[in-house]
Amino acid sequence: MADITRNEALLQYCLHRGDSNLILGQRISAWCGHGPVLEQDIALTNVALDLVGQARSYYQHAAELEGKGRTEDDFAYLRNENEYLNPLLCELENGDWGKTIMRQFLYDAYHLVLLQSLRSSTDEHLAAIATKSLKEVSYHRRYSSEWVIRLGDGTPESHRRMQVALDDTWRYTGELLTSAPVDENAFAFQLAPKPESLAKEYLGFVEGVLAKAQLTIPEIAPTAMQQGGKKGTHTERMGYLLAEMQHLQRVHPGATW
Amino acid sequence: MDTALLEEQFEARIAADDRIEPRDFMPEAYRKTLIRQISQHAHSEIVGMLPEGNWITRAPSLRRKVALLAKVQDEAGHGLYLYSACETLGIDRSELLDQLHSGKAKYSSIFNYPTLTWADMGAVGWLVDGAAIMNQVPLCRCSYGPYARAMVRVCKEESFHQRQGFELLLTLSRGTEAQKAMAQDAINRWWWPALMMFGPTDENSPNTARSMRWKIKRFTNDELRQKMVDVCAEQVKALGMTLPDPDIKWNEERGHYDFGAINWDEFYNVIKGNGPCNKERLDARNKAHDEGAWVREAAAAYAAKQAAREAQSAEAA
Repeated sequence: MADITRNEALLQYCLHRGDSNLILGQRISAWCGHGPVLEQDIALTNVALDLVGQARSYYQHAAELEGKGRTEDDFAYLRNENEYLNPLLCELENGDWGKTIMRQFLYDAYHLVLLQSLRSSTDEHLAAIATKSLKEVSYHRRYSSEWVIRLGDGTPESHRRMQVALDDTWRYTGELLTSAPVDENAFAFQLAPKPESLAKEYLGFVEGVLAKAQLTIPEIAPTAMQQGGKKGTHTERMGYLLAEMQHLQRVHPGATW
Repeated sequence: MDTALLEEQFEARIAADDRIEPRDFMPEAYRKTLIRQISQHAHSEIVGMLPEGNWITRAPSLRRKVALLAKVQDEAGHGLYLYSACETLGIDRSELLDQLHSGKAKYSSIFNYPTLTWADMGAVGWLVDGAAIMNQVPLCRCSYGPYARAMVRVCKEESFHQRQGFELLLTLSRGTEAQKAMAQDAINRWWWPALMMFGPTDENSPNTARSMRWKIKRFTNDELRQKMVDVCAEQVKALGMTLPDPDIKWNEERGHYDFGAINWDEFYNVIKGNGPCNKERLDARNKAHDEGAWVREAAAAYAAKQAAREAQSAEAA
Protein backbone atom coordinates (compact mmCIF):
# COMPACT_ATOMS: atom_id res chain seq x y z
CA MET A 1 0.00 0.00 0.00
CA ALA A 2 1.16 3.50 -0.71
CA ASP A 3 2.65 5.31 2.23
CA ILE A 4 0.40 8.32 1.75
CA THR A 5 -3.27 8.77 2.52
CA ARG A 6 -6.04 8.49 -0.01
CA ASN A 7 -6.70 12.18 0.29
CA GLU A 8 -3.07 13.03 -0.48
CA ALA A 9 -3.00 10.65 -3.42
CA LEU A 10 -6.17 12.19 -4.82
CA LEU A 11 -4.93 15.73 -4.32
CA GLN A 12 -1.68 14.96 -6.15
CA TYR A 13 -3.57 13.26 -8.95
CA CYS A 14 -5.91 16.24 -9.38
CA LEU A 15 -2.89 18.55 -9.61
CA HIS A 16 -1.35 16.24 -12.21
CA ARG A 17 -4.53 16.34 -14.30
CA GLY A 18 -4.98 20.09 -13.83
CA ASP A 19 -1.35 20.81 -14.69
CA SER A 20 -1.43 18.70 -17.84
CA ASN A 21 -4.46 20.52 -19.19
CA LEU A 22 -3.39 23.98 -18.08
CA ILE A 23 0.11 23.76 -19.52
CA LEU A 24 -1.07 22.45 -22.88
CA GLY A 25 -3.92 24.99 -22.87
CA GLN A 26 -1.42 27.75 -22.14
CA ARG A 27 0.72 26.63 -25.06
CA ILE A 28 -2.05 26.48 -27.63
CA SER A 29 -3.68 29.69 -26.43
CA ALA A 30 -0.64 31.47 -27.87
CA TRP A 31 -2.00 30.60 -31.34
CA CYS A 32 -5.09 32.73 -30.80
CA GLY A 33 -4.97 35.44 -33.47
CA HIS A 34 -2.11 33.78 -35.34
CA GLY A 35 -3.68 30.65 -36.86
CA PRO A 36 -3.24 29.64 -40.51
CA VAL A 37 -6.88 30.41 -41.33
CA LEU A 38 -9.67 32.03 -39.33
CA GLU A 39 -11.78 28.88 -38.89
CA GLN A 40 -8.83 26.95 -37.45
CA ASP A 41 -7.87 29.83 -35.20
CA ILE A 42 -11.36 29.59 -33.71
CA ALA A 43 -11.27 25.79 -33.49
CA LEU A 44 -7.92 25.57 -31.72
CA THR A 45 -8.96 28.33 -29.32
CA ASN A 46 -11.97 26.19 -28.45
CA VAL A 47 -9.62 23.39 -27.46
CA ALA A 48 -7.58 25.81 -25.33
CA LEU A 49 -10.76 27.03 -23.64
CA ASP A 50 -11.85 23.47 -22.86
CA LEU A 51 -8.46 22.51 -21.46
CA VAL A 52 -8.14 25.53 -19.20
CA GLY A 53 -11.75 25.04 -18.10
CA GLN A 54 -11.04 21.43 -17.18
CA ALA A 55 -7.86 22.44 -15.34
CA ARG A 56 -9.97 24.77 -13.21
CA SER A 57 -12.28 21.90 -12.23
CA TYR A 58 -9.34 19.77 -11.12
CA TYR A 59 -7.72 22.63 -9.18
CA GLN A 60 -11.00 23.51 -7.49
CA HIS A 61 -11.37 19.92 -6.39
CA ALA A 62 -7.75 19.91 -5.20
CA ALA A 63 -8.38 23.09 -3.20
CA GLU A 64 -11.32 21.45 -1.42
CA LEU A 65 -9.35 18.30 -0.72
CA GLU A 66 -6.47 20.26 0.72
CA GLY A 67 -8.73 22.45 2.84
CA LYS A 68 -6.09 25.08 3.55
CA GLY A 69 -7.78 27.96 1.79
CA ARG A 70 -5.72 27.76 -1.38
CA THR A 71 -7.62 28.51 -4.60
CA GLU A 72 -7.36 27.39 -8.21
CA ASP A 73 -5.20 30.44 -8.90
CA ASP A 74 -2.79 29.61 -6.09
CA PHE A 75 -2.18 26.25 -7.72
CA ALA A 76 -1.78 27.75 -11.18
CA TYR A 77 0.20 30.87 -10.35
CA LEU A 78 2.13 30.30 -7.17
CA ARG A 79 3.72 26.91 -7.55
CA ASN A 80 7.23 26.46 -8.88
CA GLU A 81 8.35 24.40 -11.79
CA ASN A 82 9.27 21.35 -9.72
CA GLU A 83 5.77 21.26 -8.20
CA TYR A 84 4.14 20.96 -11.62
CA LEU A 85 3.22 17.38 -12.48
CA ASN A 86 2.34 17.52 -16.19
CA PRO A 87 4.03 15.14 -18.63
CA LEU A 88 6.76 16.77 -20.71
CA LEU A 89 4.70 16.45 -23.89
CA CYS A 90 2.34 19.19 -22.71
CA GLU A 91 5.05 21.80 -22.28
CA LEU A 92 6.85 21.32 -25.62
CA GLU A 93 7.03 24.48 -27.66
CA ASN A 94 4.42 25.12 -30.34
CA GLY A 95 6.75 25.05 -33.34
CA ASP A 96 4.82 25.32 -36.60
CA TRP A 97 1.12 24.47 -36.93
CA GLY A 98 2.08 20.89 -37.79
CA LYS A 99 4.05 20.36 -34.61
CA THR A 100 1.27 21.90 -32.57
CA ILE A 101 -1.27 19.56 -34.17
CA MET A 102 0.97 16.52 -33.72
CA ARG A 103 1.56 17.27 -30.02
CA GLN A 104 -2.18 17.83 -29.62
CA PHE A 105 -3.05 14.56 -31.34
CA LEU A 106 -0.63 12.52 -29.23
CA TYR A 107 -2.07 14.08 -26.08
CA ASP A 108 -5.74 13.94 -27.10
CA ALA A 109 -5.51 10.24 -27.92
CA TYR A 110 -4.14 9.55 -24.43
CA HIS A 111 -6.50 12.02 -22.75
CA LEU A 112 -9.55 10.29 -24.21
CA VAL A 113 -8.70 6.74 -23.13
CA LEU A 114 -7.68 8.04 -19.71
CA LEU A 115 -11.00 9.85 -19.21
CA GLN A 116 -12.96 6.77 -20.26
CA SER A 117 -11.26 4.92 -17.45
CA LEU A 118 -11.46 7.78 -14.93
CA ARG A 119 -15.24 7.67 -15.18
CA SER A 120 -15.08 4.67 -12.84
CA SER A 121 -12.76 6.32 -10.31
CA THR A 122 -13.71 5.64 -6.71
CA ASP A 123 -13.70 9.40 -6.23
CA GLU A 124 -17.09 10.52 -7.46
CA HIS A 125 -16.00 14.07 -8.06
CA LEU A 126 -13.06 12.99 -10.22
CA ALA A 127 -15.37 10.62 -12.10
CA ALA A 128 -17.82 13.48 -12.67
CA ILE A 129 -15.11 15.76 -14.08
CA ALA A 130 -14.02 12.92 -16.38
CA THR A 131 -17.55 12.32 -17.60
CA LYS A 132 -18.08 15.98 -18.31
CA SER A 133 -14.69 16.37 -20.04
CA LEU A 134 -15.12 13.30 -22.19
CA LYS A 135 -17.49 14.99 -24.61
CA GLU A 136 -15.07 17.86 -25.16
CA VAL A 137 -12.06 15.59 -25.52
CA SER A 138 -13.83 13.34 -28.03
CA TYR A 139 -14.09 16.44 -30.19
CA HIS A 140 -10.43 17.35 -29.57
CA ARG A 141 -9.29 13.92 -30.67
CA ARG A 142 -11.48 13.96 -33.76
CA TYR A 143 -10.20 17.42 -34.68
CA SER A 144 -6.50 16.68 -34.25
CA SER A 145 -6.78 13.22 -35.90
CA GLU A 146 -8.41 14.75 -38.95
CA TRP A 147 -5.70 17.36 -39.23
CA VAL A 148 -2.90 14.84 -38.78
CA ILE A 149 -4.35 12.84 -41.68
CA ARG A 150 -5.03 15.89 -43.82
CA LEU A 151 -1.52 17.27 -43.37
CA GLY A 152 0.25 13.91 -43.47
CA ASP A 153 -1.52 13.02 -46.72
CA GLY A 154 -1.69 16.57 -48.15
CA THR A 155 1.25 17.95 -50.14
CA PRO A 156 4.87 16.70 -50.11
CA GLU A 157 5.74 19.75 -48.00
CA SER A 158 3.03 19.11 -45.41
CA HIS A 159 3.97 15.44 -45.31
CA ARG A 160 7.60 16.34 -44.67
CA ARG A 161 6.69 18.75 -41.89
CA MET A 162 4.39 16.24 -40.20
CA GLN A 163 7.03 13.53 -40.30
CA VAL A 164 9.49 15.93 -38.66
CA ALA A 165 6.85 16.79 -36.07
CA LEU A 166 6.28 13.12 -35.31
CA ASP A 167 10.03 12.38 -35.15
CA ASP A 168 10.52 15.25 -32.71
CA THR A 169 7.52 14.50 -30.52
CA TRP A 170 7.30 10.73 -30.37
CA ARG A 171 9.93 10.38 -27.66
CA TYR A 172 7.59 12.16 -25.23
CA THR A 173 4.77 9.61 -25.56
CA GLY A 174 6.44 6.98 -23.37
CA GLU A 175 5.90 9.08 -20.28
CA LEU A 176 2.15 9.09 -20.86
CA LEU A 177 2.09 5.31 -20.64
CA THR A 178 4.56 4.82 -17.78
CA SER A 179 3.54 4.98 -14.12
CA ALA A 180 5.10 7.73 -12.04
CA PRO A 181 4.52 7.89 -8.26
CA VAL A 182 1.48 10.13 -8.80
CA ASP A 183 -0.11 7.38 -10.93
CA GLU A 184 0.93 4.55 -8.62
CA ASN A 185 -0.52 6.27 -5.58
CA ALA A 186 -3.79 7.02 -7.36
CA PHE A 187 -3.96 3.46 -8.62
CA ALA A 188 -3.39 2.06 -5.12
CA PHE A 189 -6.64 3.71 -4.01
CA GLN A 190 -8.48 2.87 -7.25
CA LEU A 191 -8.69 6.53 -8.08
CA ALA A 192 -7.15 6.18 -11.53
CA PRO A 193 -5.94 3.48 -13.90
CA LYS A 194 -2.34 2.43 -14.31
CA PRO A 195 -1.16 4.22 -17.47
CA GLU A 196 0.36 0.98 -18.74
CA SER A 197 -3.13 -0.50 -18.90
CA LEU A 198 -4.10 2.16 -21.47
CA ALA A 199 -1.15 1.50 -23.76
CA LYS A 200 -2.77 -1.03 -26.05
CA GLU A 201 -5.81 1.07 -26.80
CA TYR A 202 -3.74 4.25 -27.11
CA LEU A 203 -1.18 2.78 -29.47
CA GLY A 204 -3.86 1.04 -31.51
CA PHE A 205 -5.63 4.30 -32.15
CA VAL A 206 -2.49 6.35 -32.74
CA GLU A 207 -0.97 3.84 -35.14
CA GLY A 208 -4.23 3.69 -37.09
CA VAL A 209 -4.35 7.45 -37.61
CA LEU A 210 -0.64 7.75 -38.40
CA ALA A 211 -0.95 4.96 -40.99
CA LYS A 212 -3.81 6.83 -42.65
CA ALA A 213 -1.66 9.93 -42.59
CA GLN A 214 1.14 7.94 -44.24
CA LEU A 215 3.50 8.81 -41.43
CA THR A 216 6.08 6.47 -39.93
CA ILE A 217 6.62 6.13 -36.21
CA PRO A 218 10.35 6.58 -35.58
CA GLU A 219 12.22 3.61 -34.24
CA ILE A 220 13.76 4.66 -30.98
CA ALA A 221 15.15 2.74 -28.05
CA PRO A 222 12.79 2.55 -25.06
CA THR A 223 15.45 4.41 -23.07
CA ALA A 224 15.22 7.30 -25.52
CA MET A 225 11.70 7.98 -24.25
CA GLN A 226 11.91 11.16 -22.17
CA GLN A 227 10.40 11.15 -18.71
CA GLY A 228 10.29 13.35 -15.67
CA GLY A 229 7.46 15.88 -15.89
CA LYS A 230 5.08 13.81 -13.79
CA LYS A 231 7.73 13.82 -11.03
CA GLY A 232 8.40 17.55 -11.33
CA THR A 233 11.54 17.37 -13.48
CA HIS A 234 10.82 19.41 -16.59
CA THR A 235 12.37 20.59 -19.85
CA GLU A 236 14.36 23.81 -20.01
CA ARG A 237 11.43 25.62 -21.59
CA MET A 238 9.08 25.09 -18.64
CA GLY A 239 10.63 27.86 -16.56
CA TYR A 240 9.98 30.38 -19.33
CA LEU A 241 6.40 29.23 -19.70
CA LEU A 242 5.73 29.73 -15.99
CA ALA A 243 7.62 33.03 -15.87
CA GLU A 244 5.30 34.39 -18.53
CA MET A 245 2.12 32.89 -17.14
CA GLN A 246 2.76 33.76 -13.49
CA HIS A 247 4.36 37.17 -14.03
CA LEU A 248 1.56 39.42 -12.72
CA GLN A 249 0.73 37.26 -9.72
CA ARG A 250 4.39 37.17 -8.74
CA VAL A 251 4.96 40.91 -9.18
CA HIS A 252 1.84 41.90 -7.21
CA PRO A 253 1.63 39.39 -4.33
CA GLY A 254 -1.78 39.16 -2.73
CA ALA A 255 -3.54 41.39 -5.27
CA THR A 256 -7.04 40.54 -6.54
CA TRP A 257 -7.59 40.53 -10.29
CA MET B 1 -35.40 47.87 -67.42
CA ASP B 2 -33.13 50.88 -67.65
CA THR B 3 -30.74 51.82 -64.90
CA ALA B 4 -32.36 55.15 -64.16
CA LEU B 5 -35.64 53.45 -63.36
CA LEU B 6 -33.93 50.80 -61.25
CA GLU B 7 -32.10 53.45 -59.30
CA GLU B 8 -35.30 55.32 -58.75
CA GLN B 9 -36.93 52.18 -57.39
CA PHE B 10 -33.89 51.52 -55.22
CA GLU B 11 -34.07 55.01 -53.71
CA ALA B 12 -37.78 54.51 -53.07
CA ARG B 13 -37.12 51.25 -51.24
CA ILE B 14 -34.47 52.95 -49.11
CA ALA B 15 -36.89 55.76 -48.32
CA ALA B 16 -39.51 53.20 -47.29
CA ASP B 17 -36.98 51.54 -44.92
CA ASP B 18 -36.93 48.32 -46.97
CA ARG B 19 -33.99 45.98 -46.52
CA ILE B 20 -31.77 45.53 -49.57
CA GLU B 21 -30.77 41.89 -50.11
CA PRO B 22 -27.83 40.46 -52.12
CA ARG B 23 -29.85 39.61 -55.25
CA ASP B 24 -31.59 42.97 -55.37
CA PHE B 25 -30.52 45.73 -57.67
CA MET B 26 -28.18 48.24 -56.06
CA PRO B 27 -26.22 51.16 -57.49
CA GLU B 28 -22.54 50.43 -57.97
CA ALA B 29 -21.57 53.19 -55.54
CA TYR B 30 -23.79 51.64 -52.83
CA ARG B 31 -22.13 48.26 -53.37
CA LYS B 32 -18.65 49.78 -53.26
CA THR B 33 -19.38 51.80 -50.15
CA LEU B 34 -20.64 48.69 -48.39
CA ILE B 35 -17.70 46.55 -49.48
CA ARG B 36 -15.33 49.17 -48.16
CA GLN B 37 -17.15 49.60 -44.88
CA ILE B 38 -17.88 45.93 -44.15
CA SER B 39 -14.39 44.77 -45.10
CA GLN B 40 -12.78 47.50 -43.00
CA HIS B 41 -14.96 46.33 -40.17
CA ALA B 42 -13.99 42.68 -40.71
CA HIS B 43 -10.29 43.60 -40.89
CA SER B 44 -10.65 45.58 -37.67
CA GLU B 45 -11.97 42.50 -35.90
CA ILE B 46 -9.06 40.39 -37.09
CA VAL B 47 -6.34 42.94 -36.42
CA GLY B 48 -8.11 43.72 -33.15
CA MET B 49 -7.33 40.19 -31.98
CA LEU B 50 -3.65 41.10 -31.77
CA PRO B 51 -3.48 43.77 -29.05
CA GLU B 52 -5.67 41.70 -26.74
CA GLY B 53 -4.11 38.41 -27.74
CA ASN B 54 -0.91 39.98 -26.42
CA TRP B 55 -2.16 39.35 -22.84
CA ILE B 56 -3.76 35.90 -23.11
CA THR B 57 -0.70 34.01 -21.90
CA ARG B 58 -0.19 36.51 -19.05
CA ALA B 59 -3.76 36.87 -17.77
CA PRO B 60 -3.45 37.03 -13.98
CA SER B 61 -6.17 34.54 -13.04
CA LEU B 62 -7.66 31.48 -14.71
CA ARG B 63 -11.08 33.13 -14.81
CA ARG B 64 -9.62 36.14 -16.62
CA LYS B 65 -7.62 33.92 -18.96
CA VAL B 66 -10.72 32.03 -20.06
CA ALA B 67 -12.71 35.26 -20.46
CA LEU B 68 -9.99 36.90 -22.56
CA LEU B 69 -9.52 33.83 -24.76
CA ALA B 70 -13.26 33.68 -25.33
CA LYS B 71 -13.35 37.37 -26.12
CA VAL B 72 -10.57 37.26 -28.68
CA GLN B 73 -12.20 34.18 -30.17
CA ASP B 74 -15.48 36.11 -30.47
CA GLU B 75 -13.62 38.71 -32.50
CA ALA B 76 -12.45 36.01 -34.89
CA GLY B 77 -16.10 34.94 -35.15
CA HIS B 78 -17.17 38.50 -35.90
CA GLY B 79 -14.52 38.71 -38.60
CA LEU B 80 -15.89 35.52 -40.07
CA TYR B 81 -19.51 36.70 -40.33
CA LEU B 82 -18.46 40.09 -41.60
CA TYR B 83 -16.32 38.56 -44.34
CA SER B 84 -19.31 36.38 -45.22
CA ALA B 85 -21.60 39.42 -45.31
CA CYS B 86 -19.07 41.13 -47.56
CA GLU B 87 -18.90 38.13 -49.87
CA THR B 88 -22.62 38.51 -50.57
CA LEU B 89 -21.62 41.69 -52.44
CA GLY B 90 -19.60 39.68 -54.92
CA ILE B 91 -16.04 39.75 -53.59
CA ASP B 92 -13.95 36.87 -52.23
CA ARG B 93 -12.51 36.66 -48.74
CA SER B 94 -9.09 35.92 -50.25
CA GLU B 95 -9.19 39.14 -52.23
CA LEU B 96 -10.21 41.09 -49.14
CA LEU B 97 -7.36 39.50 -47.18
CA ASP B 98 -4.90 40.39 -49.91
CA GLN B 99 -6.02 44.00 -49.59
CA LEU B 100 -5.41 43.86 -45.85
CA HIS B 101 -2.02 42.19 -46.14
CA SER B 102 -0.75 44.54 -48.82
CA GLY B 103 -1.69 47.52 -46.67
CA LYS B 104 -4.23 48.74 -49.23
CA ALA B 105 -7.26 48.19 -47.01
CA LYS B 106 -7.78 50.14 -43.83
CA TYR B 107 -8.82 48.93 -40.40
CA SER B 108 -9.69 50.83 -37.25
CA SER B 109 -6.71 52.98 -36.28
CA ILE B 110 -7.22 52.17 -32.60
CA PHE B 111 -5.54 48.79 -33.02
CA ASN B 112 -2.28 50.50 -33.90
CA TYR B 113 -1.81 51.40 -30.25
CA PRO B 114 0.04 49.03 -27.92
CA THR B 115 -1.43 47.14 -24.94
CA LEU B 116 1.20 47.80 -22.31
CA THR B 117 -0.29 46.56 -19.07
CA TRP B 118 -3.03 44.21 -17.90
CA ALA B 119 -5.24 47.26 -17.23
CA ASP B 120 -5.29 47.84 -20.98
CA MET B 121 -7.55 44.77 -21.23
CA GLY B 122 -10.05 46.71 -19.12
CA ALA B 123 -9.62 50.02 -20.91
CA VAL B 124 -9.90 48.39 -24.33
CA GLY B 125 -13.10 46.64 -23.25
CA TRP B 126 -14.65 49.69 -21.67
CA LEU B 127 -13.58 52.38 -24.15
CA VAL B 128 -12.77 50.64 -27.42
CA ASP B 129 -15.63 48.15 -27.31
CA GLY B 130 -17.77 50.95 -25.87
CA ALA B 131 -17.05 53.16 -28.88
CA ALA B 132 -17.53 50.21 -31.22
CA ILE B 133 -20.99 49.58 -29.76
CA MET B 134 -21.98 53.22 -30.20
CA ASN B 135 -20.95 52.92 -33.84
CA GLN B 136 -22.48 49.52 -34.39
CA VAL B 137 -25.86 49.54 -32.67
CA PRO B 138 -27.29 51.83 -35.37
CA LEU B 139 -25.84 49.46 -38.00
CA CYS B 140 -28.29 46.79 -36.84
CA ARG B 141 -30.82 48.93 -38.76
CA CYS B 142 -28.53 49.36 -41.78
CA SER B 143 -30.35 49.19 -45.13
CA TYR B 144 -28.25 46.21 -46.31
CA GLY B 145 -29.78 43.03 -44.88
CA PRO B 146 -26.74 40.75 -44.44
CA TYR B 147 -24.74 43.50 -42.73
CA ALA B 148 -27.61 44.45 -40.44
CA ARG B 149 -28.15 40.82 -39.40
CA ALA B 150 -24.44 40.24 -38.76
CA MET B 151 -24.40 43.36 -36.60
CA VAL B 152 -27.22 42.14 -34.37
CA ARG B 153 -25.08 39.22 -33.30
CA VAL B 154 -21.88 41.25 -33.09
CA CYS B 155 -23.51 43.89 -30.88
CA LYS B 156 -24.80 41.35 -28.38
CA GLU B 157 -21.31 39.99 -27.87
CA GLU B 158 -19.67 43.42 -27.87
CA SER B 159 -21.87 44.68 -25.09
CA PHE B 160 -20.88 41.67 -23.03
CA HIS B 161 -17.20 42.47 -23.71
CA GLN B 162 -17.72 46.06 -22.75
CA ARG B 163 -19.26 45.15 -19.38
CA GLN B 164 -16.43 42.69 -18.83
CA GLY B 165 -13.86 45.44 -19.50
CA PHE B 166 -15.55 47.83 -17.12
CA GLU B 167 -15.72 45.15 -14.43
CA LEU B 168 -12.01 44.45 -14.91
CA LEU B 169 -11.21 48.13 -14.36
CA LEU B 170 -13.56 48.26 -11.39
CA THR B 171 -11.66 45.38 -9.78
CA LEU B 172 -8.36 47.20 -10.33
CA SER B 173 -9.84 50.45 -9.01
CA ARG B 174 -10.60 48.67 -5.73
CA GLY B 175 -7.20 47.01 -5.59
CA THR B 176 -3.71 47.98 -4.53
CA GLU B 177 -2.14 51.38 -5.24
CA ALA B 178 -0.16 49.82 -8.08
CA GLN B 179 -3.35 48.41 -9.60
CA LYS B 180 -5.14 51.76 -9.34
CA ALA B 181 -2.23 53.52 -11.00
CA MET B 182 -2.22 50.89 -13.73
CA ALA B 183 -5.93 51.47 -14.39
CA GLN B 184 -5.62 55.26 -14.52
CA ASP B 185 -2.63 55.04 -16.85
CA ALA B 186 -4.56 52.77 -19.21
CA ILE B 187 -7.55 55.13 -19.27
CA ASN B 188 -5.18 58.03 -19.98
CA ARG B 189 -3.65 56.27 -22.95
CA TRP B 190 -6.86 54.89 -24.49
CA TRP B 191 -9.26 57.80 -24.02
CA TRP B 192 -8.27 60.02 -26.94
CA PRO B 193 -7.66 57.23 -29.44
CA ALA B 194 -11.10 55.85 -28.49
CA LEU B 195 -12.73 59.20 -29.31
CA MET B 196 -10.92 59.19 -32.65
CA MET B 197 -12.60 55.86 -33.47
CA PHE B 198 -15.70 57.77 -34.58
CA GLY B 199 -13.72 59.17 -37.48
CA PRO B 200 -13.07 62.73 -38.64
CA THR B 201 -15.36 65.61 -37.70
CA ASP B 202 -18.56 65.89 -39.73
CA GLU B 203 -17.15 68.75 -41.80
CA ASN B 204 -14.19 66.56 -42.77
CA SER B 205 -16.22 63.42 -43.47
CA PRO B 206 -17.24 63.69 -47.12
CA ASN B 207 -19.04 60.33 -47.33
CA THR B 208 -21.29 60.78 -44.31
CA ALA B 209 -24.18 62.55 -46.04
CA ARG B 210 -24.53 59.93 -48.75
CA SER B 211 -24.20 57.03 -46.33
CA MET B 212 -26.89 58.57 -44.19
CA ARG B 213 -29.17 59.06 -47.17
CA TRP B 214 -28.69 55.38 -48.02
CA LYS B 215 -29.35 54.45 -44.40
CA ILE B 216 -26.03 52.69 -44.10
CA LYS B 217 -25.20 55.20 -41.39
CA ARG B 218 -27.81 56.59 -39.01
CA PHE B 219 -25.84 59.15 -36.99
CA THR B 220 -22.92 61.43 -37.84
CA ASN B 221 -19.44 60.92 -36.42
CA ASP B 222 -19.73 63.93 -34.13
CA GLU B 223 -23.15 62.89 -32.82
CA LEU B 224 -21.80 59.49 -31.85
CA ARG B 225 -18.63 60.94 -30.35
CA GLN B 226 -20.70 63.27 -28.16
CA LYS B 227 -22.78 60.33 -26.97
CA MET B 228 -19.59 58.48 -26.04
CA VAL B 229 -18.28 61.43 -24.02
CA ASP B 230 -21.61 61.82 -22.22
CA VAL B 231 -21.72 58.17 -21.21
CA CYS B 232 -18.06 57.83 -20.19
CA ALA B 233 -17.95 61.08 -18.21
CA GLU B 234 -20.56 59.51 -15.93
CA GLN B 235 -19.17 55.97 -15.87
CA VAL B 236 -15.65 57.07 -14.96
CA LYS B 237 -17.02 58.36 -11.66
CA ALA B 238 -18.05 54.84 -10.68
CA LEU B 239 -14.44 53.82 -11.18
CA GLY B 240 -13.16 56.66 -9.01
CA MET B 241 -10.87 57.56 -11.92
CA THR B 242 -10.64 60.55 -14.24
CA LEU B 243 -10.63 61.13 -17.98
CA PRO B 244 -7.44 62.82 -19.24
CA ASP B 245 -9.22 65.96 -20.43
CA PRO B 246 -9.30 69.07 -18.20
CA ASP B 247 -11.99 70.60 -20.42
CA ILE B 248 -14.65 67.99 -19.74
CA LYS B 249 -17.53 69.87 -18.18
CA TRP B 250 -21.29 69.49 -18.11
CA ASN B 251 -22.98 72.08 -20.29
CA GLU B 252 -26.47 72.70 -18.95
CA GLU B 253 -27.57 74.60 -22.02
CA ARG B 254 -26.54 71.93 -24.53
CA GLY B 255 -27.53 69.07 -22.26
CA HIS B 256 -24.16 67.48 -23.05
CA TYR B 257 -20.63 67.37 -21.74
CA ASP B 258 -18.21 69.78 -23.42
CA PHE B 259 -14.81 68.31 -24.11
CA GLY B 260 -11.36 69.35 -25.27
CA ALA B 261 -9.87 69.45 -28.74
CA ILE B 262 -8.89 66.20 -30.39
CA ASN B 263 -5.38 65.96 -31.79
CA TRP B 264 -6.32 65.30 -35.40
CA ASP B 265 -2.68 65.39 -36.50
CA GLU B 266 -2.14 62.26 -34.44
CA PHE B 267 -5.24 60.64 -35.97
CA TYR B 268 -4.14 61.28 -39.56
CA ASN B 269 -0.59 60.25 -38.78
CA VAL B 270 -1.76 56.87 -37.49
CA ILE B 271 -4.10 56.44 -40.48
CA LYS B 272 -1.14 57.10 -42.75
CA GLY B 273 0.66 54.15 -41.19
CA ASN B 274 2.88 55.96 -38.70
CA GLY B 275 1.23 54.88 -35.44
CA PRO B 276 3.16 53.01 -32.76
CA CYS B 277 2.09 49.53 -33.94
CA ASN B 278 0.98 49.85 -37.57
CA LYS B 279 3.99 47.93 -38.77
CA GLU B 280 3.82 45.25 -36.06
CA ARG B 281 0.12 44.60 -36.66
CA LEU B 282 0.49 44.25 -40.40
CA ASP B 283 3.63 42.16 -40.02
CA ALA B 284 1.87 39.85 -37.57
CA ARG B 285 -1.08 39.36 -39.96
CA ASN B 286 1.25 38.71 -42.87
CA LYS B 287 3.37 36.30 -40.86
CA ALA B 288 0.32 34.27 -39.77
CA HIS B 289 -0.96 34.21 -43.34
CA ASP B 290 2.37 33.32 -44.95
CA GLU B 291 3.28 30.69 -42.37
CA GLY B 292 -0.19 29.19 -42.75
CA ALA B 293 0.10 28.86 -46.53
CA TRP B 294 1.41 25.28 -46.41
CA VAL B 295 -1.49 24.29 -44.15
CA ARG B 296 -4.11 25.77 -46.48
CA GLU B 297 -2.42 24.21 -49.50
CA ALA B 298 -2.27 20.82 -47.79
CA ALA B 299 -5.94 21.00 -46.82
CA ALA B 300 -6.89 21.82 -50.41
CA ALA B 301 -4.66 19.05 -51.81
CA TYR B 302 -6.11 16.53 -49.38
CA ALA B 303 -9.68 17.53 -50.22
CA ALA B 304 -8.92 17.13 -53.93
CA LYS B 305 -7.38 13.69 -53.33
CA GLN B 306 -10.39 12.62 -51.29
CA ALA B 307 -12.77 13.77 -54.01
CA ALA B 308 -10.77 11.86 -56.62
CA ARG B 309 -10.77 8.72 -54.45
CA GLU B 310 -14.51 8.97 -53.97
CA ALA B 311 -15.09 9.42 -57.68
CA GLN B 312 -12.89 6.42 -58.38
CA SER B 313 -14.67 4.18 -55.92
CA ALA B 314 -18.06 5.32 -57.27
CA GLU B 315 -16.87 4.39 -60.76
CA ALA B 316 -15.67 1.00 -59.59
CA ALA B 317 -19.05 0.32 -58.00
